[in-house]
Amino acid sequence: MTHSKSFVGTTTSFFLLAGLLLLAAPALLPAFRLELLAKWLCYAIVAVGIHLAWGRGGMLTLGQGVFFGLGGYAMGMHLKLTDAGPGQLPDFMVWSGVETLPALWAPFRNPAFALAMVVVLPTVVAILLGTLVFRQRVRGAYFAVLSQALAAAFVILLVGQQGLTGGTNGLTNVQFFFGLDLYDPAQKRIVYYLVVGALGLVFLAAWQLSRSRLGRLLVAIRDGEDRVRFLGYDPAVVKTVVYAVSAATAGIAGALFVPVVGILGPADLGVVPSLEMLVAVAIGGRFSLGGAIGGAVLYNYASTGLSETFPSGWTYLQGAMFIAVMLWAPRGLAGLFSSGWSWIGGFRERRFPGSGGLSSTPASLPEPKAASASAPAQATSSTTSSASEPAPASGPAPSSARGEVPA
Amino acid sequence: MSRGLRGSLVAVGLVAALTTTGCVGSAPSEAGASGDTIKVGVLHSLSGTMAISEVTVRDAELLAIEEINAKGGVLGKKLEPVVEDGASDWPTFAEKAQKLISQDKVATVFGGWTSASRKAMLPVFERNKALLWYPVQYEGLESSPYIFYTGATTNQQIVPGLDYLKEQGKKSVFLVGSDYVFPRTANKIIKAYAAANGMEIVGEEYTPLGHTEYSTVVNKLQQAKPDAVFNTLNGDSNVAFFKSLRGAGITAETMPTVSVSVAEEEVAGIGPDNIAGHLVAWNYYQTTTGATNDAFVAAFKATYGANKVTSDPMEAGYNAVKLWAAAAEKAGTVEVEPVKAAAKGIALDLPEGTVTIDGENQHVFKTARIGLVQPDGQIKEVWSSGAPIKPDPYLKGYDWAAGLS
Repeated sequence: MTHSKSFVGTTTSFFLLAGLLLLAAPALLPAFRLELLAKWLCYAIVAVGIHLAWGRGGMLTLGQGVFFGLGGYAMGMHLKLTDAGPGQLPDFMVWSGVETLPALWAPFRNPAFALAMVVVLPTVVAILLGTLVFRQRVRGAYFAVLSQALAAAFVILLVGQQGLTGGTNGLTNVQFFFGLDLYDPAQKRIVYYLVVGALGLVFLAAWQLSRSRLGRLLVAIRDGEDRVRFLGYDPAVVKTVVYAVSAATAGIAGALFVPVVGILGPADLGVVPSLEMLVAVAIGGRFSLGGAIGGAVLYNYASTGLSETFPSGWTYLQGAMFIAVMLWAPRGLAGLFSSGWSWIGGFRERRFPGSGGLSSTPASLPEPKAASASAPAQATSSTTSSASEPAPASGPAPSSARGEVPA
Repeated sequence: MSRGLRGSLVAVGLVAALTTTGCVGSAPSEAGASGDTIKVGVLHSLSGTMAISEVTVRDAELLAIEEINAKGGVLGKKLEPVVEDGASDWPTFAEKAQKLISQDKVATVFGGWTSASRKAMLPVFERNKALLWYPVQYEGLESSPYIFYTGATTNQQIVPGLDYLKEQGKKSVFLVGSDYVFPRTANKIIKAYAAANGMEIVGEEYTPLGHTEYSTVVNKLQQAKPDAVFNTLNGDSNVAFFKSLRGAGITAETMPTVSVSVAEEEVAGIGPDNIAGHLVAWNYYQTTTGATNDAFVAAFKATYGANKVTSDPMEAGYNAVKLWAAAAEKAGTVEVEPVKAAAKGIALDLPEGTVTIDGENQHVFKTARIGLVQPDGQIKEVWSSGAPIKPDPYLKGYDWAAGLS
C-alpha cells in the first residue's frame, strides 16, 4: 500500500521533473543560462551519489571531487587528443615543453577506452579505498578525514605534473565532443539533453538501489552497523559497493562537466569543491533523493545568482544560508518540506477523519506531534551511528528500514 | 514512505522556480553601446586566495573608469562598470566572462590575474569574438586575437632581470617558485637563458600555492650557495620565504633574490624589514618619476586612502582602461573589430611612461625596470632598459629560446 503510493509519487515527480528539464527549460532559457543549468545538473548527478553514500549509508564522503576528477580527466584527455588531431599534442603539452605523447595518454585516443575509464577509474579507486577502510571498520569522522585527504593529495599530484595534466590550468579549451562543435549553441544544446538523460538514468538507478535488498541493508547499517553484523551480514562489502556506485556516479558527472564547461582543472575537484558538493546535498536534504538533486541545483543557482548581484559580499550570504538551513532544518529543505506536509496531513486527518487517500496509512502519517518529534530523533540517530556504538533507543529506526531488513 | 514523494516534489518545485526566475532574470538587456552608457566588464577574484591581489587591480580599473567619466566618457557616453567575482576559481572566470558578454552585452572586459584564469577565459572571448584586457605580467607563449596584454611578457621582465644578474657577474642561480604554470614556464625560459649565457642553475624548488614552510628550501639554498636566487613564488608564500631567509641569516649582500611577483602591495605584507635590499623586476614602481604617475598615485590615494600603495599590475589595469577608451574614441565605436584595428599603434602617456600597443601581437611596449626594496616599503629603481622594449611573447628574437615554443 505505502509502497505503491511512494512509487506513484516518485514516478509522478520524476516525469514532472523530466518534462520541466526537457521541455520547459530549453524553451524558456537563453543559451547561456541553459549552459549554466547543464553545469548545475552535473553537480546534481554527483548529489545523487552523495545521497546514496551519505544519506542512505551514513558515509560522510568529503572527497567526491576525486571521483568527479577521475571521470572528468578520462573524458577530458580523450577530447583534448581529438581536438589536437592525429599525431599532435594537446596545447598545454606544447607550452609545457613535452615533445612526445606520454604513455599514460596514448590509450585515451580510443573513445571506447576513455568512456570505460570514466566509470572504471573512480570505481576502482573507491573499491580500493573502501576495502582498506571499511574492512578496518573505520567510520565516521575518520573516514571523512581520509576521503578529504585523498582529495588534497589528488590536487597536489595534478598540479605537480604540469606536462601530464596541465597543472593548475587543467584541461582548457575543449571544442569538440564526439563530433559536436561545442562553440555552436545549437550543438551545445544536445549536450544539455545528454546531461538531463544521464541525470534521469542515475536517478532511476539510485531509486532502484534504495528500494532493493542492498538499499535496505545499507540503511540498516547506517543506523546500527554492529547489529547488522550480528545478523550475519558483512557491512564492509555493502558499504564498499555503495561507495563505488557513488564514485562511479561522480565520475559520470565529471565526464559530462568537461563538454558542458569546456574546462576541468584541480580547482574543480579539491577539498573545497568536494565540500561544496556535500554542503549542497545537506541543504537540499541528504535523506531524500529529490532533496539532494534540488539542493545541488539550488546551491549552485544561489552561488551564481548571489555573486552576480553582490559580487563583493556574496560568499557571506552563501555561508549565512548554509548556517540557517543547518540550524532550522537539519534534515535539509526536503526535511522541512516533509514536516510541513505531515502537519497539513495531520490537520486534514483531524478535520476530515477517515477521508482522503492520504490518511489511509497511519503508519506513514503520524500525528503532527509525533512527526515533529521523530524528525530530530532520526537526525540524531544518523549522527550517532557514525560513532562506534549503535544508537541505543533513539526512537524507532527510520520507517524505510523498519521491519524490512531481510532476515 | 511517502518521504520520497515529498523530496521529489521539493526538487520539482525548486527547478520550476529556478527556471522561471532564470527566465525573468535573463530578459534581454540592452546592448553595451545603446542608451546613455557603455557597459564594460570588470572581472577579478573578489573572494578566495587571489582576492588580496586582484581587488587592488579592480580598484585601479574603477579609478580609470571614473576619471574617464569625469572627462565626459567615451564617445560622449559614460562608462558603466559591471563588476563580477571570478572567486579565484578558473571555470567561474569563464562563466562570468560569458555572462558579461551575453547577458550584460559589455563592450569589453578588463580582468584576470592568474594564467589559469586567462586560459579559462580565452576560449570564451575567442568564441564570442569579444574583447579581454589582461593586466598582469605573465609567462608569454600566447597571443590571442581577442586579448590585449597590458602586463609584461617574458622579454620585458624575466629576460631583463637575468640580463641584470649577468651584468652583476652572478654565475650560479637557484630557482624557487610556486607550483603552477607561470613559475614552471618562467623557469623553463630561465634555464634556456642560463645554458646560453654561461650561467649555472644550481637548484630548482617548487612549493604549492599558499605554502608557508620554507626551512627546507632555505637549507637547500645554504648548501647550494648560489650567487643569486630567482624567486617566482606567488602570494602569501613570499612572506614565509623571506622571513625564513632572514631567520637563517641570509642577507641580500650574500645571496640577493630577484622576485618577479613581489610588488609594493606584497612588500607591505612581507614586512619591509624582511625584504629590504632584495631585488624585484617590474615595469612600474610607485616611485617611477613623471607627472602622469604623480597624478595617478595622488588620485589613487585620494580615492582609496592615503596608506594605499600603487603597484605594477594595478598600473597595468589602469592603463588597459585608458588604452581601450583611446582605441574606442579613435574607432568612433565600441564594436570589437574596429576597436581592435584602431588600437594598433596607439601610444598614450601613462604612469610608467609612453605605452604603445604593438598591433602584431596585441601586447604593449614596456620599459623594464629592476628595483631595490627600500626599508620604507617603497621600491627604488636601480636599472632600466632606458627605452620601452618591443613585446616578444614567443621570444622569437632570442636564439637561445628556439626550443621553447
